[in-house]
Amino acid sequence: MKPQSCVNINKEWDIVGARQLGRDIAKKIGFGTVDQARIATAISELARNIYLYADHGQICFEIIDNMEHKGICMVAIDVGPGIEDIGQVMEDGYSTSGGLGAGLPGVKRLMDEFDLQSEVEKGTRVKAIKWVR
Amino acid sequence: MDEKFKKVAIENSDSIVKMWMGEIHSLKDGNYTSSISDELFESTNREFVNVIFTSIKNAGSPKSVESFSEKIINLGWPLSYIIDGLQVFRRVTVDYILSQSEQVDSAFISSVLRSVDTWVEPLIRQLVNEYSGSWENTVSLQRVALQELSAPLIPVMESITIMPLIGTIDTERAKLIMENLLDGVIKHNSEVVLIDITGVPVVDTMVAHHIIQAAEAVRLIGSTCILVGIRPEIAQTIVNLGIDLGKFPTKSSLKKGFRTALEITNRQVVDIESKEDNMEQMIKSLKGE
Repeated sequence: MKPQSCVNINKEWDIVGARQLGRDIAKKIGFGTVDQARIATAISELARNIYLYADHGQICFEIIDNMEHKGICMVAIDVGPGIEDIGQVMEDGYSTSGGLGAGLPGVKRLMDEFDLQSEVEKGTRVKAIKWVR
Repeated sequence: MDEKFKKVAIENSDSIVKMWMGEIHSLKDGNYTSSISDELFESTNREFVNVIFTSIKNAGSPKSVESFSEKIINLGWPLSYIIDGLQVFRRVTVDYILSQSEQVDSAFISSVLRSVDTWVEPLIRQLVNEYSGSWENTVSLQRVALQELSAPLIPVMESITIMPLIGTIDTERAKLIMENLLDGVIKHNSEVVLIDITGVPVVDTMVAHHIIQAAEAVRLIGSTCILVGIRPEIAQTIVNLGIDLGKFPTKSSLKKGFRTALEITNRQVVDIESKEDNMEQMIKSLKGE
């Protein structure tokens, strides 16, 4: 009932691969073009975070299809340095790499559900869900 | 020992080739080479086995191996064909030499295996190298081709330049965009530069960041940068991400952006249709009189 597919993120071009797969899945589930763009952008942010901070990681997609609603769930997992202050990274404009600092708070706004777990030196796990409306 | 095995193998090449051909043919069905015509498969196999034997006779003959691998690569056959072929050859030859010998003990078997390996291994190494070399070559050529396409700059008219961007923007390309943009602005003496992102599939924070930086750099050298081709869904994601693009003008289409660029450079598009109408009226009135 829950088909799952994963993309490994090891190099910059893997971000494109992850985005492509996510977009295909979103299209199949029946998201509109705006939501497809939102999902693709969110994947792009998560994958880029893995590439920038953790070097290696994985993004997994899952189709949620139950009685009430349908949606896409994606989980980005890495065993990188982890995040020290989760409250800080969720603030707009905070970045340690000279970026815009809109990535994680942006993903939260792009998606419907968002969950961030991180342990320093252990890794980070971000789960985000978007429902079809 | 090695010379003796070599002699046996070469003298009985006909029967070894026959066994080899049989095995290779059984591999063909339902395998990688099923779409290849029988004649071509047959002739290529013959060439392949000849190459193997000349290589054994001369203890390596790079020339013939090279021309053979080139042929296979051009035909587009998979690397597994070559690997399978050589693997089968090793098996068949070992079997054959063992079947021809009277006293067979473990030392004898291991020396047979070692000799046959020393014949086949250099061939495998060379063929695999040729193959991967041709792939690397293709990839690097495509890379160059892609780089040439990555950040084009078109001076459409005096002091107005357009940079159409199509496809994914990665960090390497973002760097190129910045360099080309600044070089181009100076070179063409542009007052306005239009960056068209109609063909960019996803605008995330990284892409936005690079565009903002490029626009800021263009502003520093005294020109104006207009971001055009922002599709509705991209506009929404930019708002969701909370990216501030307020520092420079943005337009939905290249057409509108171009109009703004003309305004900035104190020019405008004028329809000449009305003049034509006047001419027609004049001609009509002339005819009438």
